[in-house]
Amino acid sequence: MLEVSNLHASVADTEILKGLSLTVNPGEVHAVMGPNGGGKSTFANVLAGRPAYVVNSGSVNYFGEDLIAKTPDVRAKEGIFLAFQYPVELPGVRFWQFMKAAVDAKRKHAGEKELAVREFDNLWKEKATQVKIDPELISRSVNEGFSGGEKKRAEMLQLALLEPKLAILDETDSGLDVDALRTVATSVNELRSPDRSFLVVTHYQRLLNYLTPDFVHILVDGRIVESGGAELAVTVEDTGYDRFIKAGVS
Amino acid sequence: MTSTLTSTDRYQAAYQERIAVGDQFSALREKAYRRFESVGFPVARKGNERWKYTNIAPIARAEYQISITADSSPTIDEIRSQLPFGDTWQTIAFVDGIFSEGLSTVGDGRPGVSIERLSATDSPLTSELGSIAQVDEDDGFGALNTAVFADGAVILLNGEIDAESPVHVLFVTTERSQPTMTSPRVLVIAEKFSKAVLIESHIGLESGVQFSNAVTEVAVGEGASLSHYRILEKGHESFHIGTTRVRQEKDSSYTSVSFAFGARIGRDDLHVLLDGPGSECTLNGLYMTSASDHLDNHISLTHAKPHATSKQLYKGILTGKSKAVFSGQVLVEKDAQKTYAVQRDMNLLLSDGAEVDTKPSLLIYADDVQCFHGAAAGEVDEDAIFYMLSRGLDRETASRILITAYADEIINHVETESLRAHLRKSVDKLLPVFHF
Ligand SMILES: Nc1ncnc2c1ncn2[C@@H]1O[C@H](COP(=O)(O)OP(=O)(O)OP(=O)(O)O)[C@@H](O)[C@H]1O
Ligand SMILES: [Mg+2]
Repeated sequence: MLEVSNLHASVADTEILKGLSLTVNPGEVHAVMGPNGGGKSTFANVLAGRPAYVVNSGSVNYFGEDLIAKTPDVRAKEGIFLAFQYPVELPGVRFWQFMKAAVDAKRKHAGEKELAVREFDNLWKEKATQVKIDPELISRSVNEGFSGGEKKRAEMLQLALLEPKLAILDETDSGLDVDALRTVATSVNELRSPDRSFLVVTHYQRLLNYLTPDFVHILVDGRIVESGGAELAVTVEDTGYDRFIKAGVS
Repeated sequence: MTSTLTSTDRYQAAYQERIAVGDQFSALREKAYRRFESVGFPVARKGNERWKYTNIAPIARAEYQISITADSSPTIDEIRSQLPFGDTWQTIAFVDGIFSEGLSTVGDGRPGVSIERLSATDSPLTSELGSIAQVDEDDGFGALNTAVFADGAVILLNGEIDAESPVHVLFVTTERSQPTMTSPRVLVIAEKFSKAVLIESHIGLESGVQFSNAVTEVAVGEGASLSHYRILEKGHESFHIGTTRVRQEKDSSYTSVSFAFGARIGRDDLHVLLDGPGSECTLNGLYMTSASDHLDNHISLTHAKPHATSKQLYKGILTGKSKAVFSGQVLVEKDAQKTYAVQRDMNLLLSDGAEVDTKPSLLIYADDVQCFHGAAAGEVDEDAIFYMLSRGLDRETASRILITAYADEIINHVETESLRAHLRKSVDKLLPVFHF
C-alpha cells in the first residue's frame, strides 16, 4: 500500500531525508526508531504533506498513486492520518464540530452521505469510550488547555473516528503516564485490522511491548540504516544508537 | 473660514432650521453650533492623538442633503429581512433620520422601560441631554450632531428586563439620489438598580455615500446593570462617526459589545467614565474590514474612583486593502486606587494589503492598581491550518471554521440569543470575502 523509495526531502533548504526507502503492506505495524534529529518527524510530515517539507527526489507510492502530488486534505480523505508529536490547539473550535466536519469531508470524498447529527453523535460517544477519553475534556475547544497526555489521547480519538488506512503515530507515547500508555497501546491494538497499517515513531521499547510491531526500522541521518523484527527494538534499548550512527556515517 | 475643507457654513441652514422649530434644546444647540464653528472638523491630524490615524477629509469635503422627507424611504417589507430584528424586542426605528412607525414596536406598555422620541417628548429627562456628551469638550462631530439632530430616542430604564426582550434603537440609512447626512441621537438613563439590555444598530442599506453622525449618551445609575450591544453595518462608500459617552455610578455595571462590519470611514469613539467606586465595565468589540474600509475604534476609559474594574477585548479581522485603528487610553486618576484594568486588541490579517494601527495605552496616576495592556496583529497560524488540512478539511472549510471561531469569542459575549443568531449570519455573509 505504501512504497517509499529513495526519498530525499528538505526543510528550510536543508536536506533532512537522504534516500529513505520503506515498504508497508496492509495490516502491518512498522515501528520507526532513531536518535533525535534523525528525521522521523520529517518523514511523518512529508507523508502527511506539510507545506514546509519539500520533496526533492524519490517517490512515495500510495495504493498505486503518487502521494506527493496530492494536497494534505486529499491525503487525509484517502486514508492517511498523522497523530502529531505536538498537537495544535484550535481556540474556539469545538472538538465535536471539528471532527464532524472531518468525518463528513472524508465521506463526501468517498461519495457517501454526510452523517446526521445523531449518527455522528453516537459514533463520537462510542469512540470516546473506546479510547477512554473524558467526555468533559472533549466538550471544549480542540486541544485547548489540554495536558500533553490529554492531547495524545485526543489524537487517538481522532484516529478512531477517521478510520485511516495508514496511521502515522509520531511519538504518541512520549509524555504519557503508564496508564495512558497502556490505553493508547490498547486502542492501537483494537484499531488494528487487515486493511489498516501503522507507522509508529517511538523512542521507547515500552510501547512496543504492547504493540508487537511486525517490523522495526532504525532511522539515522535521513536514512533507514537497519530493519528487523520486534527484537531489534530490544537490542536498541540495550545498546543505543551508537553503532547505527557509525554505520550511517560510513 | 479659511479652508473649504473645514467649512462649517454649509451646516448653518440645517442649524437655523432646528432653531426655528424651537424645541427644548435650542440653548444647547446654540452652544453646540458655536463650538462646531470654532473647532470645525478634526481634519488636522498632526499632533492630534485622537485623530492621528484617521483621515476624515473625505467626510468634511462632501456635501450632504440634511433634511429630507419620508416619502422616498423604502417600505418595511423591503428592508426588514436585512435588519437585526427580534419578535420580542422593543424597537424604536429611524429610517434616513425619520421615525419609522412600521419598524417600531414601542409603547406596548412593558414595565421597566419607557422609550420616547426626542422630537415628541416633554420628559424632564431630556434636560440631561448634553450633560454626558458635553459639547465644550467635543472635537467637532458631536457638536454638529447636537446642533442639527432632528430626532432620536430617549430611553428610561427603571426596572428589570431580560436579555431576550431588549430595547432596540435602530437607525437605518437607505440608497438615496444624493449623499445625505443623518444625526442619530440617543439618551439612555439606566436608573438605580435597573437591569437591561440595549441594542443600538446603525445599518446602511445603501451602496452610495451616506454619512451618519451619531451621538449616544448613557448614564448608568447606582447598582444598575446595562448591556449595550452596538452594531455598525454600513456600505463600503459610507461614513459613520459615532460618539458614545457613558457615565457609571457606584457599583454599577456596564458592558458594551460592539460589532463593526465595515464602512468607507467608520469611527467608534467610546468613552466611559467610571465615576463611582466598585463599578465594573467590560468593553468588547469585533471589527471586520474589507475592500477599502477604514475603521477606527477609539476607546477610552477614565477610572475616577477606587475599586473599579475595566476589561477590554477587541478583535479585528482585516482583508482587502482595509485599515483598522485601535486607539484610546485607559486613564487611572489619582483617587482610583485598587483599580483593575486590562486592555487588549488582537488582529487577524488575511491579506497583504490590510493594515492595522493598534495603540492601546495606559496612563496611571494611582499607585495601588493592577493594569495590563497588549496588542497583537498576525496572520493565520500555518500550523493550525495544516492541522486542519491533515484531518481532511479543505482550505475553505478550515478557513471558515477558524474565522468563525475567532469571531465567536466576541459574539459569545452577547446574552441575547436572537441577536447572536443575527450576528452569526452577518459574519457568515462576510466569509466569502474573509478567508485565507
Ligand atoms: N521547520 C524546520 N526548520 C528547520 N529545521 C527543521 C525543521 N523541522 C525539522 N528541522 C530539522 O530537521 C532535522 C530532523 O528533525 P526531525 O524533527 O525530523 O527529527 P526527529 O527524528 O523527529 O527527532 P526527535 O526524535 O527529536 O523528535 C533536525 O535537525 C531539525 O532541526
Ligand atoms: Mg520527532
